[in-house]
Amino acid sequence: MPPPHYDFLIKLLLIGDSGVGKSCLLLRFCDDAWTPSFITTIGIDFKIRTIELDGKRIKLQIWDTAGQERFRTITTAYYRGAMGILLVYDVTDERSFNNIRTWHANIEQHASEGVNKILIGNKSDWIEKKAVTEEQGRELANELGIKFLETSARVNENVEDAFFTLARDIKTRLIDSQPESTGQSSTGGGNDGAIRPGQTPAAPQSSCC
Amino acid sequence: MTAARPPPARPHIGIRASTTQFSSYSIVDWGEDDAWDSGSDEERSATAVSSGSSRNAKSPTSTAKTTPARVVPLPASNTSPVSLSSSYTHVNAPNPSSYPPVSAFPDEATRGKERAGWTVIRKTKDPEEDRARTIAEDDLESEMIVGEMDTDSLHDRPAETPESDVAPSLKIKATPKIRPEVQKIMNDPLHIVHMFQVTSRSNSPAPSSSGSHPVSRSKSSDTQSNATLMRERSLRTNRRHKFVQCLSKSEVNIAELRKLSWSGIPATLRPVAWPLLLGYLPLPTDLRNATLARKRSEYDSLVHVAFAKGREGLDQAIWHQIEIDVPRTRPGIPLWMCNSTQRCLERILYVWAIRHPASGYVQGINDLVTPFFEVFLSAYIDSDPKQFDPELLSPDILCAIEADSFWCLSRLLDGIQDNYIFAQPGIHRSVGRMAELVARIDPALAHHLQAQGVEFMQFAFRWMNCLLMREISVSNTIRMWDTYLAEGPDAFSQFHLYVCSAFLVKWSDKLKEMDFQGIIMFLQSLPTQDWTDHDVELLLSEAFLLNSVWHHAQSHFGGK
Repeated sequence: MPPPHYDFLIKLLLIGDSGVGKSCLLLRFCDDAWTPSFITTIGIDFKIRTIELDGKRIKLQIWDTAGQERFRTITTAYYRGAMGILLVYDVTDERSFNNIRTWHANIEQHASEGVNKILIGNKSDWIEKKAVTEEQGRELANELGIKFLETSARVNENVEDAFFTLARDIKTRLIDSQPESTGQSSTGGGNDGAIRPGQTPAAPQSSCC
Repeated sequence: MTAARPPPARPHIGIRASTTQFSSYSIVDWGEDDAWDSGSDEERSATAVSSGSSRNAKSPTSTAKTTPARVVPLPASNTSPVSLSSSYTHVNAPNPSSYPPVSAFPDEATRGKERAGWTVIRKTKDPEEDRARTIAEDDLESEMIVGEMDTDSLHDRPAETPESDVAPSLKIKATPKIRPEVQKIMNDPLHIVHMFQVTSRSNSPAPSSSGSHPVSRSKSSDTQSNATLMRERSLRTNRRHKFVQCLSKSEVNIAELRKLSWSGIPATLRPVAWPLLLGYLPLPTDLRNATLARKRSEYDSLVHVAFAKGREGLDQAIWHQIEIDVPRTRPGIPLWMCNSTQRCLERILYVWAIRHPASGYVQGINDLVTPFFEVFLSAYIDSDPKQFDPELLSPDILCAIEADSFWCLSRLLDGIQDNYIFAQPGIHRSVGRMAELVARIDPALAHHLQAQGVEFMQFAFRWMNCLLMREISVSNTIRMWDTYLAEGPDAFSQFHLYVCSAFLVKWSDKLKEMDFQGIIMFLQSLPTQDWTDHDVELLLSEAFLLNSVWHHAQSHFGGK
């Protein structure tokens, strides 16, 4: 088990209706790949990518969830450990947009207080099928008081931005605000990366030792 | 390696414990047996009314085209064998290179229909395997020995390799071969047994005659391996002979069939053995064909009723989920990218879902259809089901495959319904018991997982929800289900738990070297791509041992 080569660990969660492209966003962000027919996610999945923000190496541990209602019992158990949540809808599927309020209510109910959020309208490249305008997306985001981006995992548009924006917000909230967080590298943290049910995301855990 | 054991002492595989009144039914009632199914009575009566005419109404030309055309959103004018559905994930997307459609249609068109061939791209990695395959192919042609080794080695997951792994240089064109006796096979599944009975008799001294070919072809350095090959083939021939005898009896002895099936069913006989083991086909031969015809027409009626009001009349939530999941089922496998297969899958899933309102359609159930569909399809063709476009079959045969798959899926799901109802209590229970079991059989691993913060639910949820189908290939799954079906109706919940535990412990040494992230990543993509039947059988044996030791010791589990 090599020591972790990162300064901070940030845990993210992808939620949204089934088929909106959560797994495809994750595949694009972590592996820079895309596949036209991605197998459905069952329960939860997990990927990581280490990024650099303001000279710090930040490991993003991203949990991908199944969108189907029936899996809600298992997926909501992982809300509490998340520091940031990407709320994803499909711009070609109005139903998935309308369900964002339900997803947001779920966050309020199950996630930790103050968790960072971002609203993502995916499949923005599919212009001829577009059913939700960018303006509608922005309005909803404003109403919920969160940031908003339209993305396309297929043509790799705004995917980096989406994750970086959320990661930067989390870093500002949890890490930069801590007086002792300057300059030191983490040596621990490698053996406790899980988002676990009932876990409160303690800021110190993610920051340096 | 595979443990022989007396078959489970269950009175009859097809009868649920909860429907005890069934034991008093006369044998003539076979086929009315879906009373165990939770479909509502209204549906059943509606079915009864319309079932008489529906089968006739569905003439070979009208079937599968008429019904789906009304309800399926896609244009029926789809001519491509790889028809990409309306899902976003397909439209605008290039064809994955692993399954390029071939537009040239071979001459041997049946029934005046166009036929499509598939270009199969194989990995270049293993020349040994390719050579073995060439031999097997030659044997197949020259000797007409059609058995599990031949079909399996010929067709084992060539297309399941990720597209990045395949080299475009090596292309083998798999010509779809439809058996000439399809109508007979459809009407009487036993026909396939007789077909191979004749074959095995004519080749009865199979070991010597079949062995001569490879020997004459190869040099003396290969003699050793040929001897092994001959011995294995001889064993297989004997096993097949036993199966044929068992299945040919006027009333199949289910205990004997289970005992034989535990160690694997010859591929060609699965289409008969599975329905018998599942209780879909009655054990007495003389009732079988009538039952089969009735069940198929009943399914036809169910489809008619379910889709009678067109797309608007469907349960929108269920339909939406099925519609987006069907194109995502076995992505990259030509069979499952075909328009006709996808329409079948849609109907199977939708009809099952509305008949089981407590669970409805749950993601993962789509995976569970695929082994049945491939096994039943394999009865009618002499080529790899995974590379076959069912459009080439006549509609009534495709309907039969669809109906048989539906009823067998229903039987299987019946034993694991609480995996899919609200809050999925069956899965939570199984994962909990698995964690307790692993803590006893491999405390070091359990401790390491705990120390790393890995929870069983994080990986084993999928193992239960999809019955390990995301972890091993469909071919592996099919072999595994031989044993599950032999174990009995609750094997998919009970025995599966031991299989999952054995499966996890199999990787114990590697896992104990990994940290949290490594463990989760490793368990998400386990190195089972090269697994053969032998690996599956090893796993099943280990599970069998665990089951024998621990199954009656459940009171020791966590005080439960």
